[in-house]
Amino acid sequence: MVEFTLPKNSRVTTGKTWPRPAGATNVTEFRIYRWDPDDGKNPRIDTYFVDRDDCGPMVLDAILWIKNKVDPTLTFRRSCREGICGSCSMNIDGTNTLACTKGMDEIKGVIKIYPLPHMPVVKDLVPDLTRFYTHHASIEPWLKTSTPAPEKEWRQTPEDRAKLDGLYECILCACCSTSCPSYWWNTERYLGPAALLQAYRWLIDSRDEATGERLDYIEDTFRLYRCHTILNCSKACPKGLNPALAISEIKNMMIHRQF
Amino acid sequence: MADSASQRLEDRRPLSPHLQIYKMMFTMVMSGLHRITGMCLYAGTLLLAWYFIAAASSRHSFELASWVYGSWIGRIVLLGFTWSLFHHLLGGVRHAVWDMGYMFDPKGRETAARLTLVGSILMTLVFWILAYAYRG
Repeated sequence: MVEFTLPKNSRVTTGKTWPRPAGATNVTEFRIYRWDPDDGKNPRIDTYFVDRDDCGPMVLDAILWIKNKVDPTLTFRRSCREGICGSCSMNIDGTNTLACTKGMDEIKGVIKIYPLPHMPVVKDLVPDLTRFYTHHASIEPWLKTSTPAPEKEWRQTPEDRAKLDGLYECILCACCSTSCPSYWWNTERYLGPAALLQAYRWLIDSRDEATGERLDYIEDTFRLYRCHTILNCSKACPKGLNPALAISEIKNMMIHRQF
Repeated sequence: MADSASQRLEDRRPLSPHLQIYKMMFTMVMSGLHRITGMCLYAGTLLLAWYFIAAASSRHSFELASWVYGSWIGRIVLLGFTWSLFHHLLGGVRHAVWDMGYMFDPKGRETAARLTLVGSILMTLVFWILAYAYRG
């Protein structure tokens, strides 16, 4: 169901304003969501000032700068710093994206950072992705065959291989699913854009032999049909993929298999 | 939160902000409008039903309904009703186009949403101009 407000323990309060870097002339203000599991308090927004002349160009550079030079307790996930691991996904300037590929230049004024929306928070910018991974696992993201395995590899024409472009590149950062209001209101039962895009990736794989079985699992008022083409998913995807289109293709497969 | 220490950590975890902080996307707003106009149509259908029932029952009740709908407030409500009707109609067409797998590209999806909004406003205007022109 639609929720307009946050639960009592989740309401955000004003936090600490950290000192400006001394002598810096090129300063950007950051307001960052903080929650500490150990202090028993509500989440808060801390204000930081980053010396842009002493820092790389990306939002990830800035939060690393804060962690290294201002506040070592600021907690977030990051690894590859080049948009391939999907760890540093967060809500920056109102939309979900990767901190490592989002340039500070793209944002006007104060840079606001929150964890991925409508998720249980583990600490600061780290959300609990357990359910997101469960949804992904539920679509059985691996090749399923019933014919005996060939001596070498399962072969595929270049045309059939091309059908996987725009799908296999997904890095499971969860930007799309956590941008989707339908996923917010039906987290328990709607699979969400990321899991459905992956489902489609296996549905159109020419080597896969479990298409019917896969469609049977997905064909459900909630698992699939909670998609109302709001399109936040496709707009959020930091890899430029189009989950909304993949979901539409699945809906079409559901219709075509009736004839 | 005096009892926080006794709660399991998983239960203490706050829910991260969502609607409160997400940037309003045009297609997101249009999806919301599609729902809201859909709900308005229920109310509008009741207004229409009252008009027909009034017309079928007595001169007095018909005149009352006509007076209510002819008043300034009545006309504004009817303007809202007709706009909801056209907006929801075009929204339905837009969703049908998307359901067939078209206009999902970055440009197409914005165009589709924009056409719905502009189209519904234009259709409402034309409808009311014609209505006033033919009223006699």
